[in-house]
Amino acid sequence: MKKIYVREDWCLGCHLCEYYCANANLGGGDMWKNLKGKAIRPRIRVEGDNNVSFAVQCRHCDEPHCLKGCIAGAISIIEGVVSIDQNKCVGCCTCVLTCPYGCIVPTETGVMSKCELCVNNAGQAKKDKEGGIVGFIPACVQNCPNNAIVVEETEVTA
Amino acid sequence: MDLYVYPEFEVVRNEKKCICCQACSRQCANLVHSYDEATDCMEADDSKCVNCHRCVTLCPTKALKIVKSDHTFRPNANWSQATINELYLQANSGGVLLSSMGNPQPHPSYFDRLLLNASQVTNPSIDPLREPMETKVFLGRKTPVPPLEANNTTAVPEPYNPDGTLKTEMSPQIELSMPLMFSAMSYGSISYNAHASLARAATQLGICYNTGEGGLHKDFYQYGPNTIVQVASGRFGIHADYLDAGAAVEIKMGQGAKPGIGGHLPGKKNVGQVAQTRMTPEGSDAISPAPHHDIYSIEDLRQLVYSLKEATGNRKPIIVKIAAVHNVAAIASGIARSGADIIAIDGFRGGTGAAPTRIRDNVGIPIELALACVDARLRDEGIRDDVSLVVGGSIRSSADWIKAIALGADACYIATGALMALGCHLCRSCHTALCNWGIATQRPDLVKRLNPEIGTQHLVNLVHAWQHELKEVMGGMGINSVEALRGNRLMLRAVGMTKEEMNMLGVKMAGESA
Amino acid sequence: MSKYVIIGNSSAAIGCIEGIRKTDTEGSITLIASEPHHCYGRPLISYYLEGKTDAEHMKYRPDSFYADNGVETMLGENVTGIDPITKTVTLQNGNSLRYDKLLVATGSSPRVFPAPGMDSVEHKTSFMTLNDMKYLEKHADQRSRILIVGAGLIGLKCAEGLKNRVLSVTVVEFMKQILPSALTPKAAARVQAQMEANGIHFYINNAVGEYKKAPPASADSVTLRDGSEVSALLANAESKYPDNTYTAVLKDGTEIPFDILVLATGVTPNTALVKDAGGTVNRGIVVDADSRTSLPDIYAAGDCTESVDVTTGETKIMALLPNAYHQGEAAGRHMAGAAAPFEEALPLNAVGFFGMHILSAGSYTQDILLEEDTNEYYRVFYGEGDKLTGFILIDKYARAGIYTDILRHGTPITEALLKEPGLLPFSRECRDEILTQKGGKN
Repeated sequence: MKKIYVREDWCLGCHLCEYYCANANLGGGDMWKNLKGKAIRPRIRVEGDNNVSFAVQCRHCDEPHCLKGCIAGAISIIEGVVSIDQNKCVGCCTCVLTCPYGCIVPTETGVMSKCELCVNNAGQAKKDKEGGIVGFIPACVQNCPNNAIVVEETEVTA
Repeated sequence: MDLYVYPEFEVVRNEKKCICCQACSRQCANLVHSYDEATDCMEADDSKCVNCHRCVTLCPTKALKIVKSDHTFRPNANWSQATINELYLQANSGGVLLSSMGNPQPHPSYFDRLLLNASQVTNPSIDPLREPMETKVFLGRKTPVPPLEANNTTAVPEPYNPDGTLKTEMSPQIELSMPLMFSAMSYGSISYNAHASLARAATQLGICYNTGEGGLHKDFYQYGPNTIVQVASGRFGIHADYLDAGAAVEIKMGQGAKPGIGGHLPGKKNVGQVAQTRMTPEGSDAISPAPHHDIYSIEDLRQLVYSLKEATGNRKPIIVKIAAVHNVAAIASGIARSGADIIAIDGFRGGTGAAPTRIRDNVGIPIELALACVDARLRDEGIRDDVSLVVGGSIRSSADWIKAIALGADACYIATGALMALGCHLCRSCHTALCNWGIATQRPDLVKRLNPEIGTQHLVNLVHAWQHELKEVMGGMGINSVEALRGNRLMLRAVGMTKEEMNMLGVKMAGESA
Repeated sequence: MSKYVIIGNSSAAIGCIEGIRKTDTEGSITLIASEPHHCYGRPLISYYLEGKTDAEHMKYRPDSFYADNGVETMLGENVTGIDPITKTVTLQNGNSLRYDKLLVATGSSPRVFPAPGMDSVEHKTSFMTLNDMKYLEKHADQRSRILIVGAGLIGLKCAEGLKNRVLSVTVVEFMKQILPSALTPKAAARVQAQMEANGIHFYINNAVGEYKKAPPASADSVTLRDGSEVSALLANAESKYPDNTYTAVLKDGTEIPFDILVLATGVTPNTALVKDAGGTVNRGIVVDADSRTSLPDIYAAGDCTESVDVTTGETKIMALLPNAYHQGEAAGRHMAGAAAPFEEALPLNAVGFFGMHILSAGSYTQDILLEEDTNEYYRVFYGEGDKLTGFILIDKYARAGIYTDILRHGTPITEALLKEPGLLPFSRECRDEILTQKGGKN
């Protein structure tokens, strides 16, 4: 199971993760084409200033409040990733009200979005030599200039 | 009103690609970039740009580049643009010009005019991937240990025991997995994270890094077996545990970037753990005098060498580091006789955290020539094996490194190259202490930009790459150990040199047979 | 192998199944529910009317959920009794079923305040179930005039859901404000203004005195308070039910013509099964943090229970989906022998009306710690000293869950946190725990 960690000591407060996140979730590709002149809607958020800063995104809780409170049953854990089915979401914001870390954000259309570790972003696929997809590397992890966001595979405990 | 100096660089922003993410403005410690809310545009103040490429590197849309301004004075082959601007700056300030890193002037490079040999037909080359290739070296005195008395300068060590058996006890040595070390950079001139990166990388690589003159932070004692602790003229941070912590002790007499002058860490930088590590009052200027005030002769140096040997129980080799200056060969000979185990020579292109520009750019001699003449002199005097020779001062690549070994070096020191692996873009602004890469700064928000995990990995990568290249070149020469390459000047040929130059280097002209 | 029986098929029941299966993958689970549907998100019925979801997407869990979790379902069956001695439940069809552990998640039923003539209204419904929704979908169209009695969450969501399907929606509320149990008068006024701006008509502090099966005396007597255009439209429109048009006569004499009546005047917990079996029942079924009733091996969860509001310490009915799920899950875990009591119940509401989002939690009885009232948004926080007890956020709600978490755990609140919810105001240790811990802090 994948878990993402934020290491405050190394966060520079550059906010690049927010832009790479927003871009990856818009399908990736040239960032300026996706984001030029637009307000970004990243699923990761940097708090703080130059001295103390850190990024916060979904912690992929084992016991997610958002999932348990979702009135539409739109949130589920898929292979360890707390995921929102945006076709089911009706945008009631109960998950926003229950997430202890403030990690669920509305999209432009009003349904909710959250970090899903880029597992649905084809552009973030890790490929083997034959081109087969062997996993996904979150855009924030891949592009953090100081390794302040890292992803780690952890043992699944039954 | 001050004489106006036009900005040296211009920030070029591709407006089509800039998405105003402000990474550039957040990351520029020189405050070049700013966001203008009224126009929703990023702006740049070119006059503050030092061309460190932090913004260029981080810009997520690659919308930035820095170009040299094409603004010009009336062209003048004698008065270069830089010379004119520096004159104006001095007319404004009345001060000595300050610079950092190594000499950037277009002085001739001898490394670039030396070419390496390879085996063909008559002697087989070796494939380092299939056959063993020894890069391990030991630094220190290879001849029998002389009596310990410091005042005994004449006694020739007896190589045999009274019963006729050979004396096998060696002087203390530094063991290196390859003939390369990270040269001295003090904690203070570079950051905690830079030191952490160097220390961890040296440990992983089985080589050594050097504390410089700022003492050793308590966190880094754990890397002691891969640390060379330095004793410089300011004697900062020196105590018994410090001397004992390292693999060797280095007495710093001089530095290639600024031969003949001392160092000066301003009080505002001598704070917190830097001051603590230096054992100096916080906020006081940490001044390293130009000379060691207790060393005005080789005999005085010998006193210090033996003091340090005694202080470390004769367990650590003693290095004496000097800048490459005109009579370097004679000085080196004296050092060899002072009891030092290793002589380190720093060439005129060596780097610094801060030096007067005129000194950096005009004082000292190239390391290639210094190395060649010192090696020759020590051989001539029959004392070459009493010391190891370590050279630095712009070893830019494995090619320079290999050529230096062939010229007679036991090992090389690299620092500028190591810092570049840590992110340094050679903007030569270390003396401003606003290093955007978190290297030459003590500002916490800048220091943390250098994550030692990344830094360590980059250093390890770099050195491993060089080691591979060393092995390949040696293999091509048909040589399977560094020992066989060292001082093997037949492996070198000169191009574009005068007879005197070739004589000085002890190499033949390309095309000339052995 | 344990035999689990669950009565009910909404979030508490699903929570219970998921709670059981966290530990016990073997035991048999039988789910009995009176509604003949796959589990669905009950609050979604208004979104369905509004066109924001459909029958397929309303499913609370995937089609394979029961099969995946080894649940045998008996949908469309009613339980008539529980015998805690023999550990059996009796079904309406006469069959009975043994259980080792039983969950009662029977929810609640609409509470109706009768008024003269109500029985004669042909098209009337509550708005709690899929069937209620289907009834409205079937009967309400562009010519329908809807009268909703009760301006609670159910009534107002119904109003929003119907608005674009029908000719008009009028809401009558007995209390002096809309959403009396969820919001303060000030916040409610803001929501009411939003709904009125979107064409919903309100009669607050009023009630229907009588329903008459006759059109109002004349068009002039239709006095909607926000404009003659609408009242003329109402009176002149060709009603779908020309012969059946009703008039509600309010206490103040106002006459409102309507075709369909929605009764949303509150709910009553369905406690009878437990009460009849001898379990302790106040207003709702009394349960502990493991959702145990006073009867052995009988649990209850969801809207039929009452629980302790962590923000006030009071025991009350908190008929809210997140609480129902948590209670059900706690029951399931305890049933399966791996108790994880739910001790963080609190009133919690996130609701939207015509694009306005209202997020609230806790209680509003303490001092106001901070109030921000601007054209764009409204925020108010209640508490005492550094203890937060409740908040209402309208249209500025980013990271609201951080406040909820503070309510849940009684974390001291700071000025900085009130101004801007985030993790920065917390200690480094606390942040590290959150940002570097596997699987969140919980």
